[in-house]
Amino acid sequence: MSTAERVVFEHVTKRYAGTGAGNSGAVEDLSLEIPAGKVCVLVGPSGCGKTTSLKMVNRLIEPTSGRILIGDTDVAKQDVIELRRGIGYVIQQVGLFPHQTVGENVATVPRLLGWDESRRRARAQELLELVGLDPATYADRYPAALSGGERQRVGVARALAADPPVLLMDEPFGAVDPIVRERLQNELLDLQERLAKTILFVTHDIDEAIKMGDLVAVLQVGGHLAQFGTPDEILANPASDFVARFVGADRGLKRLALARVDALQLMPPVTATTGDDAAEAHRRALADPFPYLLLLDPMRRPIGWIAPRDLPAGGVLDESLATAMSPFLRRRTTLKDALAMLVEAEVQAGIVVDGRGAAIGLVTAEMIFEWARESRPPDPAGAAQGAR
Amino acid sequence: MIEWAWIADHVGAIAGRLAQHIELTAIALAVGFAISLVLAIASVRVRRVRPFVIGVAGVVFTIPSLALFSALVPIIGLSLLTVEVPLVLYTLVIYVRNIVAGLESVPPDVIEAADAMGYTRNGRLARVELPLAVPLMIAGLRLASVSTIGLVTISGILGDSFGGLGFFIFERPTFATEILVGAAGSIGLAIAVDILLGRLQQRLTPWSRLDVALDVATSGRSAAQRVPEI
Repeated sequence: MSTAERVVFEHVTKRYAGTGAGNSGAVEDLSLEIPAGKVCVLVGPSGCGKTTSLKMVNRLIEPTSGRILIGDTDVAKQDVIELRRGIGYVIQQVGLFPHQTVGENVATVPRLLGWDESRRRARAQELLELVGLDPATYADRYPAALSGGERQRVGVARALAADPPVLLMDEPFGAVDPIVRERLQNELLDLQERLAKTILFVTHDIDEAIKMGDLVAVLQVGGHLAQFGTPDEILANPASDFVARFVGADRGLKRLALARVDALQLMPPVTATTGDDAAEAHRRALADPFPYLLLLDPMRRPIGWIAPRDLPAGGVLDESLATAMSPFLRRRTTLKDALAMLVEAEVQAGIVVDGRGAAIGLVTAEMIFEWARESRPPDPAGAAQGAR
Repeated sequence: MIEWAWIADHVGAIAGRLAQHIELTAIALAVGFAISLVLAIASVRVRRVRPFVIGVAGVVFTIPSLALFSALVPIIGLSLLTVEVPLVLYTLVIYVRNIVAGLESVPPDVIEAADAMGYTRNGRLARVELPLAVPLMIAGLRLASVSTIGLVTISGILGDSFGGLGFFIFERPTFATEILVGAAGSIGLAIAVDILLGRLQQRLTPWSRLDVALDVATSGRSAAQRVPEI
């Protein structure tokens, strides 16, 4: 399960009869290359041609001009039925066949390809497990007996059945509630880490685009490609006012969701362990620009902060002196989540802990702001910012 | 009032007429369904065909049955065809409307998914659209069977060789017992067939028994609730 092919759009245009360019669903001179194994999200307002672009890949819609390659093969030169059997397809309403069981639904393409019964059953079981549905429970159910999230998982399993190199997903999580959507997004990302398919994913939700895409193509009404790049490039350097407005005024904050705590140079805290000499700890704390002392247990796990004024002049440190706490962060915590925790914290420094809970450093809001200023990727055009 | 003795004496004849009634009905239902299936698929695939098919079938339905049975005798003589041609014609409008409605009740997302999976047009029809049209097709079959059973009774007007249980109604118009046997038999047969077909539908469509859940699955559009509208 590791085949993947690149997908290339070469000057692809779709016009609808009786209308000029700039109409709903039309696509104008779209050129894109999606490398094999990457997720490319097509995002834009309704009528921007993102779904049209997607459906031209498996020829549910035929382009007016231009060509689309999968690998090195022009899709227009392939037999359309054969082409479609080799491309996974997932849509918002799922489109499961109501009269077939979950197992039969998943085995649709294998059956069309003429696999025998036992091989189809085995494949359906494998795929249901892959998407987190127990085959013994689900394989013989009808779609009507499933929840929205379960149906969408079956839809993904069905799309993957013949191990296609390319997967097309049209707002696949648009019809489920936000909690289920988030879970399905995470499951798809986990799945993609193992499968490394080339995925074209359509959404109108910029947050979903940023989360799911290795690459994001922002489309503008009329089917013009407004920008194509990594999520970070698009957030840091929007190519036009349209893109800037589309990604939102909070794009700086959105960028923080793309970076993790391990991108920062952590600040070493002034620490002391229970039983240490108070006077010596006091001296060290006052020498630091951040004069709070972090009290640790013998395993170096944080107990709490001791304010400078609470530090006794003599004796030994014990747990009762630690009166304030601050949030614990992991190396994998996103900077956005870290900032959210710091906003609510008593002490404006998050404690980064390792897998055993031992303190390894501090993160402050200032460090996050500095990262946002310093880490901006170079603006290739140089014009986007200057123009405004 | 009812002469039970007459009934007891004629059990064999009644059973024979019942068998004939079922046979005449079954032939008409089967032939009518085969023709209607072709007409309905053509109507769904070729938009222009549809008003024509529905129109003609509708006009035929308005011809009084007694008139049609009688009118055919001078043209094609008196044979099985004389009975079956009108019976088949009368089923067409019922079947075609229901099959068309059944095919159109298939949700668009299901059609799109089938196309995208790589079904051929005929494969999609056979494996997806027709199976999903089964509830409305059987609804049509139930209507057509009740209507045909009634019309077979009337075919007794063509003489002793036809009519099924209707034979008893036309044989001696003054003998109440015999008329009752013909009428009650026809009604009983219609009810029995309707019940059996209802069971058959449940058998054939185990997936549609979760009616409430299915409404959600097809985005609020329940196939069973859609009235055939043409």
